Amino acid sequence: MFRAIQETSRMYGARVELLFEAVMQLHGTWRRRSQIADQLYVAGVQVTHVVLLVGLFAGMIMALQTGLYLAQLGQQDQIGVIVALSMAREMGPFITGIVLAATAGSALAAELGTMSVSDELAALEVMSVDRTNYLVMPRVVALAIACPILTIIADGIGIAGGGLVASTSLNVELQLYFITALDALKSPGDLIALPKDVYSGLLKAFVFGIIIAVISCHAGITTRGGALGVGRATRQAVRDSIITIIISNYFLTWLMYQA
Amino acid sequence: MEETTKPQATTERPASGEAAPIIRFRGVHKSFGDKVILDGLDLDVPEGQTLVIMGPSGTGKSVTLRHVIGLMQPDQGQVEVWGKDVNQIARKELVALRKRIGYLFQDGALINWLNVGDNVALPLRENSKLDEAEIREKVEHKLELVHLPGIWDRMPGELSGGMRKRVGLARALITDAELILYDEPNAGLDPEMSGSINQLIAEIADTLGITSVVVTHLQSCVRVVADRVVLLEKGRLVVDLPRDEFLASKHPRVRSFLGDDPD
Ligand SMILES: Nc1ncnc2c1ncn2[C@@H]1O[C@H](COP(=O)(O)OP(=O)(O)O)[C@@H](O)[C@H]1O
Ligand SMILES: [Mg+2]
Repeated sequence: MFRAIQETSRMYGARVELLFEAVMQLHGTWRRRSQIADQLYVAGVQVTHVVLLVGLFAGMIMALQTGLYLAQLGQQDQIGVIVALSMAREMGPFITGIVLAATAGSALAAELGTMSVSDELAALEVMSVDRTNYLVMPRVVALAIACPILTIIADGIGIAGGGLVASTSLNVELQLYFITALDALKSPGDLIALPKDVYSGLLKAFVFGIIIAVISCHAGITTRGGALGVGRATRQAVRDSIITIIISNYFLTWLMYQA
Repeated sequence: MEETTKPQATTERPASGEAAPIIRFRGVHKSFGDKVILDGLDLDVPEGQTLVIMGPSGTGKSVTLRHVIGLMQPDQGQVEVWGKDVNQIARKELVALRKRIGYLFQDGALINWLNVGDNVALPLRENSKLDEAEIREKVEHKLELVHLPGIWDRMPGELSGGMRKRVGLARALITDAELILYDEPNAGLDPEMSGSINQLIAEIADTLGITSVVVTHLQSCVRVVADRVVLLEKGRLVVDLPRDEFLASKHPRVRSFLGDDPD
């Protein structure tokens, strides 16, 4: 037990260190723009259809679950509010984070893990190419950009999915649904004059993107032991990304809505 | 006696007091967990020599090469290259040192998403101020040197194992290295390809006057490239002989290593 705690804190220490190193390499962003673009394609464009599908059904489920209850109270007109707020605040960033961890995160860990076991990382070191600058920073930047953008897409399709259910199963007029949904999202925050529920969700997504990239990169570059090791690294990357997303989600929510 | 276990000066070696060896291991210990890999290794490689390291697999030959270029640090002892302790020098000096050393990894270790030309060009693009035309010229020259002209646009995944190694060698040579470390350049190659890699190593050592360290377990490679051969076992050198004496040695480990029956 004690050893497990020790090991876990050591791992997180190493990940925070890697994040710090990546931040110190941000000056190379322009130089690595083509790599960042490639990663945006892999972690963004290639994941979009999954986010669309999962987001759509998340919105539909939410509308159905809460809608049935609201209908009992004769409040089904409020369904747009509930779907919009929970998509923007929680479900959008959360499901995007999970989808990204399982797709882009695992791909990234496997890619860097393969590079590690085939000596490509050692070759970079020998050529004095900084791997944080060359490999890690572009991936962190790409995921930090991709995750919020995908979250907007998830929010949008989720709210649309909720509307579909509201109008077909709950007899809520579609126009009314969208008006209440958009109204609910409009209330600005205290600090920034933007809809708080939207930007707080996007801020979460930004953090989730960084978490996935750092954990997966770290798992990849520390991979040892051939193909078996690559499998292990991939599993570890997905598992730890999801755990970390869930735990940090609580604290981010607390920070933004309680503090 | 030829079965000497003591590191022995080769015939070309200048009289004592002159040029220090390019590589000097002194009492190098390295363990992973409780597994002792290098156990007080002493090794000198003089300039211009081609040293072959033989030994059973898992005995620490790759670990030895990695120490030369600072990819691994000894637990105890010193590794000096061109008179500088690899583990004591500043980062900047290490970068400069590594420019003078080429390292051929077992499978070439080409960056998988870069084509051949971009792989070979990588060290120059990252760490030199040469313009694109100069880089192109240099890369094409090195690709010719390894007998692979005109394959700039091919991807590593499309190449045979032997071609990947040659491209890896071109990349190792791109900064005009003066010392090349070859980790099992013949592994996984058919005899013909393996022979041509041996030729290439000998050619590069001769024409460029480069110092080389070659890890191999093939007698054919020893015959073509070696000036001197050491046998590494249990973390130390058990045999250290000039090539011809090595090939003729009656030392039982040498005999069994060269695939003959001891006796
Ligand atoms: N980074 C490492 N971590 C742990 N053990 C290692 C590492 N590198 C090498 N080893 C171990 O050291 C031993 C020697 O490895 P190596 O030098 O690759 O052998 P070889 O002589 O076949 O090249 C092996 O048993 C290997 O498992
Ligand atoms: Mg080896």
